[in-house]
Amino acid sequence: MIAKEFRELRRDRRTVAMLIVLPVVLLVVFGYAANFRVSNIPVVVTGPGAGQAAALLREPTFHVTEVDPAAGESVARARLQDGKAVVAVVTGGHGPLLLMDGSQPFSVQTAESALGRIAAGSGIASPQVEILYNPDLTTSWVMVPGLAGLILVFIGTLITSLGVVRERQAGTLEQLAVMPLRAWDVITGKIAPYFILAAVDLAIIVAIGMGVFHVPFAGNPAIFCLGAALFLLVTLGMGVLVSTLSQNQGQAIQLAFMLVLPQVLLSGLIFPVASMAAGVRWISYVLPLTYFIEISRGVMLKAVPISDLWQPIGLLALLAVVVLGLAIFRFRRDLAPGSRKQPEVPRETEPAAS
Amino acid sequence: MTWGLREVSVSRGRKQALAGVTVPVDPASITVLIGGDGAGKSTCLDVLAGLFVPDSGTVLRPPKELIGYVPATAGFYADLTVQENLDFSASAYRLSGNEYTKRAGELLDKTGLGRAQHRLGGQLSGGMQRKLAVGMALLHTPALLILDEPTTGVDPVSRAELWRLISVAAAQGTAVAVSTTYVNEAARAAWVVLLEAGNVVASGAPAQILKDIPGALGSADGTARPTPLSWRRGASWRVWAPDGRLPDGTRPVQPDFEDAVVAATLASEQGEQGR
Repeated sequence: MIAKEFRELRRDRRTVAMLIVLPVVLLVVFGYAANFRVSNIPVVVTGPGAGQAAALLREPTFHVTEVDPAAGESVARARLQDGKAVVAVVTGGHGPLLLMDGSQPFSVQTAESALGRIAAGSGIASPQVEILYNPDLTTSWVMVPGLAGLILVFIGTLITSLGVVRERQAGTLEQLAVMPLRAWDVITGKIAPYFILAAVDLAIIVAIGMGVFHVPFAGNPAIFCLGAALFLLVTLGMGVLVSTLSQNQGQAIQLAFMLVLPQVLLSGLIFPVASMAAGVRWISYVLPLTYFIEISRGVMLKAVPISDLWQPIGLLALLAVVVLGLAIFRFRRDLAPGSRKQPEVPRETEPAAS
Repeated sequence: MTWGLREVSVSRGRKQALAGVTVPVDPASITVLIGGDGAGKSTCLDVLAGLFVPDSGTVLRPPKELIGYVPATAGFYADLTVQENLDFSASAYRLSGNEYTKRAGELLDKTGLGRAQHRLGGQLSGGMQRKLAVGMALLHTPALLILDEPTTGVDPVSRAELWRLISVAAAQGTAVAVSTTYVNEAARAAWVVLLEAGNVVASGAPAQILKDIPGALGSADGTARPTPLSWRRGASWRVWAPDGRLPDGTRPVQPDFEDAVVAATLASEQGEQGR
C-alpha cells in the first residue's frame, strides 16, 4: 500500500512539486514579507522648519520623500491623499502638526511611537497629531476593502478554473468545440456568469462592510467600479489560464492556490508593501490585488480622485490585457481544430469480440 | 463518398495513430468503426468531427451546423436537467422556438426521456444518459451524426433503444458514423471499417467482409486450445486455418460476422508478423 502510494505520487509531479517547493517558498516569502515592524514610512515635511524637522526623521523607520519649506498644510494633506506619503510633518505656526494616513494603521502606530521618542529626545514640544481617513485606526475599515479584493480573487481564479476544467473532465469541452459556437462565444459564456456573480458578491461585501462595520465610502463609486471591473477581468483571466494548464479539478485547485496565496501575503492586505524586503517586494508589484487594494482603500477611505489613481488603474488594465489575452489564446487552442492533443499511440489489442 | 475520411494519417512522434485510413460515411446509411481499445476508432471520429487536423489525407464533413457529435465521455451536462440539456443544445444550434418544441417533443418521446424531463442528467441511469447525449446530438437533425461508442457499458435494452434511435436517424437521411467494440452491432451497418492499431484490417459491407474471410473456419471441442489461431466461442473453440487446411478433429462451420471480424484481425496480425 505504501509502495503503491509512492508510485502514484511519483507520477503526479505537480503534487510532488507542491509538497516540496511550496513549503520552502512559503517559508522564504513569509519570512521576508510577514513583518509587523514597519520601516521606510514615506514622510513629507513642509513649512519653514522643514529642513530641521526632516533631519530628525531617520531611516530605516522613516523615508523622507519630500522636504518643501515653501509648502503648507494643504500640500501635506494632498500628499497623504494621493498616497505619496503616510506621514506629513507641517512645521511653523504654534507647533508642528503631524498628519497621518489612518488607512495604514501599522505604519501610523509605528510612526506615532517613533515620533514620540524623537520629540522627547530632542526637547521639542509635543506635536499636534491628526489621523486622517480612519481616525480610530479601526482594523475593519482597512480590511474590508482588501477582503473584497481577496474574495474576487477567490471567485475569479478558483471558481472559474473549476468551471472550465469540469467541462474538460466531463468531455463536454469537445462537444462545445464541435458545436457551431465561436471560441469567443464559449469564452464569454464561461466568464460572464462568474463576472456577474463576483460583482454581486462585491456589492454585498461592501454593503455589509458599510452597514455592519461602518466602513465609510468617501469616494466616487464609479472609480471603485472601474477598478473592480479591471481587477475582475485579471482574476477571471487567471482562472481560465489555470484551467488551460490543468487536466482535472485537483490540479486546478493546486494551481489556483499557488496564485491566490501570494496575493494574501504580498499584496499589502495584511503587511505593508513598503516594509517588505526588496527581494520579495517586486512580487507585490505584479500581483493584481496590490493595485486593487490601493484603489479600494483609496476610494472608500480617502476619496482619492481618479487623477491620483491612474497608475494602479493603468497597471490593472495592462495586467487584464496580458493575462486575459494569454488565457484566451490558450483556451482558443483547446477549442480550435489542429491544436488538440494528439491521441494516444495505438496499443497491441485483443481482437474485438461481441 | 459524401462524408468521411480518405487516406487519413495521424502521427504522434514516430508512431502512427492512423495510417492511411479511409472511412466512407454516406447519407441515409450507417458506417460502423469497430476495433479493440486503442485501434484508432476515436481518433477517426475526432478527425471527422474536426477536433484535430490529420497529418495527411482528406476529411469530408458538412459545416458545424450540420454535425451532431457525441464523445465517448458523457456528452451532456450532469448538473442540468434533461430539458435544460436540450435547451442548451437548441440554443447552440440556433433552433427556432417552434422547431425546437416539435423536435424536442419527438426526441423525448422516442428516447423515453419524457418522464425524466426534469431530472438532472447526472441522476439518470447509464442508458438514459447515453440516450440523452444522442438526443442532444440529433436535436438539430444533423446531416452527419458522429457517435463515439454510444453503447459501451449500456444495458442490452438501452442498447437496442439507442440503435433504434440511430437507425431512425439514418432512415431519415442522416449519415451516421458510429464506433463500437460490440461486433454484433457492426453487423447492422451499411459499411464496416475494422481497425487494428491504426490500420484498416477490413472495410466493406458486412456481407462482403463475411465473404472475404481468407482460409477456412472450423469448430473444435475440448479444454485445450487447438491451435494458436483459435478462440473461444461459447462452449467450443473456433479454429481458423489461413491455408484452408483445418486440423484433425475440427468440424468445418459456416462463419458468422463475429467470426469474420476475428479472422480478419488475426489475418492482419499474421501479415504484420510476416513482414
